[in-house]
Amino acid sequence: MNVSDSTPAMNNLMGSEADSQRTLYPYVTGTSVVGIKYKDGILLAADMGGSYGSTLRYKTVERLKSVGKHSIIGASGEISDFQEIMRNLDDLILYDNMWDDGNSFGPKEVHNYLTRMMYNRRNKFNPLWNSLVLGGVKNGQKYLGTVSMIGVHYEDNHVATGFGNHLARPLLRDEWHENLTFEEGVKLLEKCMRVLLYRDRSAVNKLQIAKITEEGVTISQPYALKTFWGFSAFQNPTAGAEGSW
Amino acid sequence: MTKQQANWSPYDNNGGTVVAIAGADYCVIASDTRMSTGYSILTRDYSKIIQLADKSVMASSGFQADVRALQKVLEARHLIYQHQHNKQMSCPAMAQLLSNTLYFKRFFPYYAFNVLGGLDSEGKGCVFTYDAVGSYERVGYSSQGSGSTLITPFLDNQLKSPSPLLLPAKDAVTPLSESEAIELVKTCFVSATERDIYTGDKLEIVILNASGIRRDYMELRKD
Repeated sequence: MNVSDSTPAMNNLMGSEADSQRTLYPYVTGTSVVGIKYKDGILLAADMGGSYGSTLRYKTVERLKSVGKHSIIGASGEISDFQEIMRNLDDLILYDNMWDDGNSFGPKEVHNYLTRMMYNRRNKFNPLWNSLVLGGVKNGQKYLGTVSMIGVHYEDNHVATGFGNHLARPLLRDEWHENLTFEEGVKLLEKCMRVLLYRDRSAVNKLQIAKITEEGVTISQPYALKTFWGFSAFQNPTAGAEGSW
Repeated sequence: MTKQQANWSPYDNNGGTVVAIAGADYCVIASDTRMSTGYSILTRDYSKIIQLADKSVMASSGFQADVRALQKVLEARHLIYQHQHNKQMSCPAMAQLLSNTLYFKRFFPYYAFNVLGGLDSEGKGCVFTYDAVGSYERVGYSSQGSGSTLITPFLDNQLKSPSPLLLPAKDAVTPLSESEAIELVKTCFVSATERDIYTGDKLEIVILNASGIRRDYMELRKD
């Protein structure tokens, strides 16, 4: 997608002294975030892993955070950039509150702000290396959107970042429908997260699910999914090819 | 230690096809609603069409973040124009503005492939077609985006537009009726959807005429 080498022409635009000031690659990263709309609001799921390359370095990273009264954000990608984004968002909400005018930013507004922030950093060739999911409910209207590190954004009934796009979206396209109950929604998200756990090397078996409804935000305590590894083919893996390993 | 290269690109192609056809007193602007990246579909329901003024509608395919930014810039500029001139921008005026806006970023372009449709000051249909850096011309019909190579030859055959080199100049707008043009557009997209992986899901058609503006939708293949 957008991880090809930059052209020689581009390199001339970026001086070597300035290199230390721009993001070139991510260090500590979070993997997929999956989100769905359901009957009463939005559900988001993300595991708590922070990988350092191929090392699963941190296992208690909260990648789902509430934003104001009406929204939740989930982030994948560089964790330090997510922390920077949260500083900006917390400031945004603070100033919004200080107006004290009875109005508050809904998910649409926050999503737009995030989109502009990501796009403007991309324009300066110094991106925030994240893919974000933004969900919320305001005045009964449900909203679920996503933004990538270069500013590509859209809203839909179900969204995912990273590997989630390849593994979770197809499941959601098949099984999502309007008026999922909370239990059905959680079951569907867990199904997605389980597939990701089996197939994404950077996934860890410790996840949180966040729920947002008109009443407010709840982020669950961390928990683990049940997995099954007892396939007979795993018992004696070289049965069909003696001498291999 | 060799200097580290950036391993990300500021651009992406989110695919999609856009078409516009100008008639004697109408203009049809259409696009699919699929948004993709690489071999994945991001969403099946994203509109690439925006109404910039009473009589100007723009459809753009390419890099979605740039398309959206371009739309916002033009919307803002139109608002300022209305404040300063107390009237809507005409379609030819918007056409020039779009060209200038694109060229302004000549050395870090908007990766957007645009088609601007609407009614000119005489009420006749007009279509303007652009490249990513603002080169444009008024035509009777145009197609841009991932399916344009499939659609343009078909439109050339069906609409038989006269050469712009003719003297006296012959009208480029099609003699087809509005409903015939809409049927033609639907045919274009159904065909493009068959062979272009980035085109499909749903077709959005915007029709501009003297009575105003209306939208029509049609399902397309989702594979």
